Amino acid sequence: MPTGGQLPIEARGLTYEAGGQRLVDGVDLTLAGAGITVVMGPNGAGKSLLLRLLHGLLAPAAGSVTCAGRPQGEEVRRRQAMVFQKPVLLRRSVAANIDFVLGLRDGRDAGRRDELLEFAGLTGHAAKPARLLSGGEQQRLALARALATRPEVLFMDEPTASLDPASTLRIEEIACAVRDQGTKIVFITHDMGQARRLAEDVVFMHRGRVLEHAGAAAFFARPASPEAAGYMAGRIVL
Amino acid sequence: MQDFAESFGLAFRLLASGDADLLEIIALSLRVSLTALLAAAAVGLAAGATLAVARFPGRTAVVVIVNSCMGLPPVVVGLVIYMLLSNAGPLGFMGLLYTPTAMIIAQSVLILPIITALSRQVIEDLHNEYAEQFRSLCVPGHRAVAELLWDARYSLLTVLLAGLGRAMAEVGAVIIVGGNIDHLTRVMTTAIALETSKGDLALALALGVVLLSIALAINVGVMGLNATAKRQAYA
Repeated sequence: MPTGGQLPIEARGLTYEAGGQRLVDGVDLTLAGAGITVVMGPNGAGKSLLLRLLHGLLAPAAGSVTCAGRPQGEEVRRRQAMVFQKPVLLRRSVAANIDFVLGLRDGRDAGRRDELLEFAGLTGHAAKPARLLSGGEQQRLALARALATRPEVLFMDEPTASLDPASTLRIEEIACAVRDQGTKIVFITHDMGQARRLAEDVVFMHRGRVLEHAGAAAFFARPASPEAAGYMAGRIVL
Repeated sequence: MQDFAESFGLAFRLLASGDADLLEIIALSLRVSLTALLAAAAVGLAAGATLAVARFPGRTAVVVIVNSCMGLPPVVVGLVIYMLLSNAGPLGFMGLLYTPTAMIIAQSVLILPIITALSRQVIEDLHNEYAEQFRSLCVPGHRAVAELLWDARYSLLTVLLAGLGRAMAEVGAVIIVGGNIDHLTRVMTTAIALETSKGDLALALALGVVLLSIALAINVGVMGLNATAKRQAYA
């Protein structure tokens, strides 16, 4: 895997509006460090929208995103990948799902495909229809397919939200292995334990704004905003 | 009721006897309709997929027009093609009027909007599911269209069936541009119309039974394929 040649990822005045509502509100954020950045916040805080804006899937109403100084666009996005909460798998076999992405980038390569399947713990499932896999297996396939692009930045939008603990752990192990190979990961989760296990730094969002961005140890020891403190204490934060 | 009972018996006897005239009509019907389907599918699937994926000014108007054209009156289509292909028309030099090719053109024009409109809907639904993933992977537009067509292949079979059904059942256009000439342009539907006008209702109904049987056999085959695909989770 490559090193994080796309860092820092910088958002300036990032704003997104829909239906007359400002859903992401003037976010200024700099993700400069390697490792895993965890994005947290209550439902509706704008976490998924922020990830899509950073990855260039949505066009902001105002503001900008740059990666290593280059504006977000297809050239930048080609060196990134995203794993969605609900895996979007093509209606074909497990192997064909990987082949599809390899064909878009390096060209089809059975050796590389097998390597990715092994990395994701899916060896032996290659010929199965992807949509017959279990939820955890489907998410690992989506992850393996994302890795087929050799991303320098990997965005993960609550990839374990509907998975059992064992499947969650497998995804975390893969994410850590990908991080160790030098890929920057931006990971959304509501799971406090998962955030503590994975995060190098934490971004806390509330009502479309970034209220905190701090190192994980500092954030979990002493959250600076009352909203973050309340969220971590399990209080309803509106 | 006597006609109905008689017609089923007659249809069976005609098929069992291997009546040469009947087989010729069946063969021509299938050749014309399947060729029209192939031609309309080649254009309609690509157009439907492109319309599903592309965003451009006036797209909604195009979708409305294509959807409206699903109800094109066959007689009007036949008349327009007749005028184009007649000796006085711009394509008269091709000498296609009263040939199976003219019938293929007429049926293609009739089913093209059906295939385009229905495939646009099928592929747009699938595209809504895939769009973010494709954008994330920077899938080029033409490649996205090809992948969507492939992944929607089993649903699109049903779309093609709808087109084939319309083509095979059509009589107004092919009778105008084909002329219902014996041993040249006579197909099942025009033969039924002719026998009805002659008062031979039993034979007309027998031909209808054969036509329905063919349509039924094709549908059963495709639906079986679809069900198998669904069981294997490829659909």
